[in-house]
Amino acid sequence: MNNENISERLNSSKVTTWLADNIVSLIFVAFTLFGFLVSDGVTMNFFLTELSSRFFRNAFLVLSLIIPVVAGLGLNFGIVVGAMAGQVAIAIVLYFGWGGLNGLLLTMLIALPIATLFGYLTGILYNKTRGQEMIASLMVGYFAKGIYQFLFLFVVGVIIKVPKTHPMIKPDGVGVRMTVDMGAYDKGGLKYALDKIWEIPFMWAILAIFAAILLLQLWKLIRNKKNPVLYRYNKTMTVINIILSLVMIAVSIQAITTESSLMMVRKVPVFTGLLIVALCIFNELILKTKLGQDFRSVGQSQHIAEVSGINVDKTRIIATIMSTVFAAWGQIMYLQNMGTLNTYGAHTQIGMFSVASLLVGGASTQKAGVKHAILGTLLFNSMFIMSPEIGLSLFGNALLGEYFRTFMVYGVIGLALGLHVWRTNKKGKATLN
Amino acid sequence: MVNVSKKTTGFNDIVKKIGFPTIFIGGFWILLLIAGGALGISINTLLSDTIKRAGMNGILVLAMVPSIQSGTGPNFALPVGIVCGLFATVWAIEFGFTGWAWLFVSIAFSIPLSVVVGYLYGRLLNAVKGSEMTIATYTGFSIVAAMCLAWLMIPFKSRNMGWFIGKGLRETIQLDVIGGDKILSEFLSFTIGGEKGIIIPTGMLLIFFLCCFIVWMYFRSKSGIAISAGGINPKFAKSSGIDIDKGRIKANILSTIMGAIGIIVYSQGYGYTQLYTAPLMMAFPAVAAVLIGGASAQRAKVSHVIIGVIIYQGLFTTALPVANQLFEGTDLSEILRMVIQNGIILYALTQVKGGDN
Repeated sequence: MNNENISERLNSSKVTTWLADNIVSLIFVAFTLFGFLVSDGVTMNFFLTELSSRFFRNAFLVLSLIIPVVAGLGLNFGIVVGAMAGQVAIAIVLYFGWGGLNGLLLTMLIALPIATLFGYLTGILYNKTRGQEMIASLMVGYFAKGIYQFLFLFVVGVIIKVPKTHPMIKPDGVGVRMTVDMGAYDKGGLKYALDKIWEIPFMWAILAIFAAILLLQLWKLIRNKKNPVLYRYNKTMTVINIILSLVMIAVSIQAITTESSLMMVRKVPVFTGLLIVALCIFNELILKTKLGQDFRSVGQSQHIAEVSGINVDKTRIIATIMSTVFAAWGQIMYLQNMGTLNTYGAHTQIGMFSVASLLVGGASTQKAGVKHAILGTLLFNSMFIMSPEIGLSLFGNALLGEYFRTFMVYGVIGLALGLHVWRTNKKGKATLN
Repeated sequence: MVNVSKKTTGFNDIVKKIGFPTIFIGGFWILLLIAGGALGISINTLLSDTIKRAGMNGILVLAMVPSIQSGTGPNFALPVGIVCGLFATVWAIEFGFTGWAWLFVSIAFSIPLSVVVGYLYGRLLNAVKGSEMTIATYTGFSIVAAMCLAWLMIPFKSRNMGWFIGKGLRETIQLDVIGGDKILSEFLSFTIGGEKGIIIPTGMLLIFFLCCFIVWMYFRSKSGIAISAGGINPKFAKSSGIDIDKGRIKANILSTIMGAIGIIVYSQGYGYTQLYTAPLMMAFPAVAAVLIGGASAQRAKVSHVIIGVIIYQGLFTTALPVANQLFEGTDLSEILRMVIQNGIILYALTQVKGGDN
């Protein structure tokens, strides 16, 4: 086979490739639009309120998955372990009755060493299960669940003596209750401790976000003009982004000035948003440091990285620790928004949902960025909101929608992973031949 | 372990031969049995339960052997086979079969179904070489979730399975109504050691050993040896003219069939057919059992299945009453199950020789 043929096969029609790359995202967009079409019960207000609160709850967790992907560890289902670290910290803080913003910061501080330790241990495990990290990370979540339950159901009470009368402890004095109330913010609790610092109306937030995007795009354009060789950007995408932001800015200004129904959407927590933005920036900036470059080269080929003098094992462990710590903080942010600590259930679904979100955004096991995480969180949660409604309006059964939702979560992970491996294998074959 | 006193074969050799996990967990089980005896729990009841549960789960564990041997790793997509079995069971009930007829029709219908499904699943695994285990897990999960929709939407008429109000099937279907409850377990069953002796569910054990024998025989046939060869060294097998992909498909068909028959045998022993999300996590105990029996993620034998399922099920039937006696009100045995089951799978994963990317 000659070379031309191979390149032809690899670049076979751009449209098909683009479709194959984005098939999962497209399914979700279509699904959400379909939901709007068939269900008349969903108003734009309800949808946006749900979506924004879900977004601010989950985005941090989804973002915590990016670094391991860059470092070649694949999708880290093991962020469940990080979530557990966060919950341990919350339990400690709640036990001593601390609360408010200081209590929340203390929680994050306590979670840091715990998550670092957990991350270190999982990192070692991933180094021992090289090539099978993803299934290992899934299993480590289940394994840690056992340890976690041992800690909360047995060690608390039997080994660490606690007073029976404490509201967190089960009446018989052994173990932590199934659900623990985190206490209202104005009464010195942890609920909304972060969210309630400063809230702004939804449309103002939209305005601010798209103004920022517009500025960013303009800055890119200017930089591109100055030095077209160094900073090459996709022109069409930039133009599309600029038009999109202009439209959104117009819409939000219109909504703000006319006080339309969109102003009724629930307010947006600024600090939570800022933390999410901070993690986005961190994820981007770290790639420009020495460590980030190490992540990348380890992710591309462990062998070459090893030869060029990078400590592969250590780099992978650092990546895992970072992911675990961010997951712990993400879980704390998630729970302060929920307001109750579901002691034995809150962490179980985190791994699946976050991974599914990231994949829906168009990421794969080897390529993931902030863009994928943000887009994915939005799309995935749109599906989550819509599917019971579709079940209800099409089949008169909301339960059907619930099952469909579960199917989408598992199906999307399976499909995205399967497609990716299949395409990689096919490419490998094409070049080998 | 008899040879421990003899110094000629070193202790380490024996540990290596039987396998560290097998000795460790087996030893733990024996310790628990002794503790149970000391606490006044009837050893006979514990052993009866162990045999019963080993018989129920045996074929599901056996399903791991073909897939491991073919090189696709433990069949984490066992739920694929399980839903085939459940689907067949449900249709057999729908057509009004009862008793033995129900059992035979279920098994007879489940086999062609799982051949087709297993073939497709095998094709899928061939397309995703290198990440079989992760993809298999999610294939299993997706199928279970998709079947949740099917259980709810297929308009079954039988009154033995539906909800009293509304559409769809019940979460658990009682088998005593159709005369399928413990139909195999009680076939020719007898007790050893008088009234309160050890109950032997002969029928169930017979079908388990029959399946074991079939798998054992199959891996001695030409086609079975070809599958094993492909699993051990794909490149070498390929150069000797073995069609590895075909072997992997065959092995996974066999594995899926075992999953389907396994769940039917399991259901009759349990007395209920569990639908919806019940099969979701069923692969993990089966994987853990075969690993405890001494298998690795690349090699497994029928003997590993028999040893593994007895130790695994024995450990947890014993742990439950013992833990309840020692620490009242705690759920220690469930925690123990989670830690050991997932710990052993992790341990096996660390033993997989992974390549560089």
